[in-house]
Amino acid sequence: MKKNISLLVLTIMLACALVGCGASGNSVATDGSTSMNKVIGALGEAFENETGITVTYNATGSGAGIQAVLEGRCDIGLSSRDLKDEEKSKGLEGTVLAYDGIAIIVNPNNPVSDLNVETIAKIYTGEIMNWKEVGGNDAEIVLIGREAGSGTRDGFESITDTEDKCKYRQELTSTGDVITTVASNPAAIGYASLASVKDTVKALSVGGVAVSEATIKDGSYVVQRPFVLVTKKGVALSESAQSFFDYITSEAANEIISVAGVVPAN
Amino acid sequence: MNKKRKLYIGFMRGAMIACTALTAALVLFLVGYVFINGIPNISWELLSTKPSYLNDRIGILPDILNTVYVVIATLLIVLPLGVGAAIYLTEYAENKKIVAMIEYAAETLSGIPSIIYGLVGMLLFSNNFGTSLLAGALTLVIMNLPTVMRTTQESLKTVPQSYREGAFGLGAGKWRVIRTVVLPGCVDGVITGCILSVGRILGESAALLFTAGFAHALNGIFTGLTSPGATLTVALYVYAKEEGEFGVAFAIAAILMILTLLINLSAALVGKYFKKRRNA
Amino acid sequence: MKKNRSFENIVHGIFLVLGLITVGSVLLITVYLIISGIPAIREIGLFDFLFGKEWASTAAEPKYGILPFILTSVYGTAGAILIGVPIGFFTAVYLSKVANKKVRAVIEAAVNLLAGIPSVVYGLVGMLVLVPAIREIFNVPDGASLLAAIIVLAIMILPNIIKVSITALDAVPKEYEDASLALGATATETFFKVSVPAAKSGIAAAVVLGVGRAIGEAMAVMMVAGNVANMPSLFESVRFLTTAVASEMAYSSPGSLQRNALFSIALVLFLFIMLINATLNFFLKRNKEK
Repeated sequence: MKKNISLLVLTIMLACALVGCGASGNSVATDGSTSMNKVIGALGEAFENETGITVTYNATGSGAGIQAVLEGRCDIGLSSRDLKDEEKSKGLEGTVLAYDGIAIIVNPNNPVSDLNVETIAKIYTGEIMNWKEVGGNDAEIVLIGREAGSGTRDGFESITDTEDKCKYRQELTSTGDVITTVASNPAAIGYASLASVKDTVKALSVGGVAVSEATIKDGSYVVQRPFVLVTKKGVALSESAQSFFDYITSEAANEIISVAGVVPAN
Repeated sequence: MNKKRKLYIGFMRGAMIACTALTAALVLFLVGYVFINGIPNISWELLSTKPSYLNDRIGILPDILNTVYVVIATLLIVLPLGVGAAIYLTEYAENKKIVAMIEYAAETLSGIPSIIYGLVGMLLFSNNFGTSLLAGALTLVIMNLPTVMRTTQESLKTVPQSYREGAFGLGAGKWRVIRTVVLPGCVDGVITGCILSVGRILGESAALLFTAGFAHALNGIFTGLTSPGATLTVALYVYAKEEGEFGVAFAIAAILMILTLLINLSAALVGKYFKKRRNA
Repeated sequence: MKKNRSFENIVHGIFLVLGLITVGSVLLITVYLIISGIPAIREIGLFDFLFGKEWASTAAEPKYGILPFILTSVYGTAGAILIGVPIGFFTAVYLSKVANKKVRAVIEAAVNLLAGIPSVVYGLVGMLVLVPAIREIFNVPDGASLLAAIIVLAIMILPNIIKVSITALDAVPKEYEDASLALGATATETFFKVSVPAAKSGIAAAVVLGVGRAIGEAMAVMMVAGNVANMPSLFESVRFLTTAVASEMAYSSPGSLQRNALFSIALVLFLFIMLINATLNFFLKRNKEK
């Protein structure tokens, strides 16, 4: 008898799972950049509150998100860098949602508060190895970076022109991890999305320009990159995905985007 | 006793006591550190809500539910498979080579690290079912198969051969003997297998990261299996490593620690209970 | 009657299939890993792949040498064994032979708890306590290093070593010990010169089991080792075979050489594990035969 009951339960479970497969239309799947965690999370939640449609967000990284769109594994891909030409030639389309500053962060106890792009590049390529060379304490600089494939790393290295030349001490797999590590090591320097920077670390000004919404908008803060929504050209989104897309690119969404710490594009 | 011998004895005794004390101190420190940092962060709000970006609030209800779904789905699939395999080994298998092969395979499975399960699960299941709790559960099924098989096998061995012979003597067919004599005899093995599997599922992260993903969305009971989701352990990793939310991470760690304690305790109690009943 | 026989045959068949699922799973895993691991090795070249000293999977001129990962895994595991085994061994002897029942029960429960703690919890405590501590104590720029990984791994393999060793030591016949005591050896001498040698293949199995667990651990190591593909050195940040797979998997695109190379790394790791399993089986069998 007991055996029969468990059999019944199993059957029901499997049946439900199958039904679930069929009925997954009423949600929007997004996949990509870990830096967009906050802004997409906030937008998705606001959208869900308004329409009842759930938005799932899989924080895998820009490259993986772009790939996921290409293979149809998600509705909207999230990339924290511009699409490359080869990606566009595969039929992908990018829509800029917002602009994000990449903050250069150090430990709050570090007396250094301004560096220019050239110096940052020299630090990351290992030409400058001690903080005292740039007016700080006598301590070896600990370079914290992101893993290969990260949009933040891509953005940072292309702006500072240090591609493949960075001598990282740690390659971490997320924005939050970089911030935590820099916060706990007095000699560390790292880069992270401004949207996620907390007061446990200090954001440096770059070439005398402090990072803020205004300086990102007018372009005077140079270490910045776009947040891009990636879709397939010529392929219609599902109804719910389209309404989410329209919602977040509308003016109504701008306030939420700003609160999340980035600068709306529209 | 010469001096050298005395020194040897003294050293060995000292080493034994020091090492035991060190082990005990380690456990004490780990438990204490996790509880001190974790317990104050556990609140009803944390346990009963989902994360909200608009309100800047973290809740782990989705992760708790995902864990429950994964545990149930995994057990429902792994129990029949594992128990069946054990019955085959103890009741049917006559070819020694097949038995040796199956046992060797089970041992191999329990030695494979979870990151490899994660990869193969991703190739096998996630590519077919999508990154989902179901894909995660199926991966965990393979991981826990040897455990359930072994505990069931152990308990089947304790069913006296005379019971089976008696039933056969009464003219019962093999299947009937298995259903009426053998299956009831392996309840304790199945329960122990369940408990150990739950423990392993709770602690698993690497195998789930690539198969079940790490979304924190609140899943319904019926659609849950087909959506991606983080279990508590995966959520702990995400909050600690990806988002730097250590308060939440420690709260989850404390919860997991308490669950581990409960699981160990119940495994010990179940073992004792069945031992007593058997001897009675 | 005939109908009955065929029914029994079907049942037999079903159970046979269930029994063979484990074998099928092992084959499936092996085949999948080989199929997905071979292409990248062929493209890169076996020698360049295994003995290349540089890993730069996303550089303009990508390099796929996994020697740093192999050496890191070997050194890390060896280090964990070096620290974990003596501690576990002495604890096991104490618990099995010296401790009174109550002490043994309490510490065994503690060891079981240690075994049940999820690896990410070890990683969490490691990254918040151990990493800063290493930075301060050894006065190095950053504490996320091979050493941190070794210490975390040593703690993680401790319960395995203790539990398996205790089982082996408990199985030593009491007569051996009595004989030794009767000959005038002290208790401590008896334990180490009679009981331990008698249980040596069980203890060897414990060590091999520890090796297997240490080389296969991913998450805890990922949280404390810093994750840069350096050649291993105690205070440098390093990447293990396991973490090499885990850290880039999510970001690599399917079908790319980068992802295929990750599967090749997994294949190498799998071969290591199979080797360890075979060794473990050898010791366990020898133990049984005794």
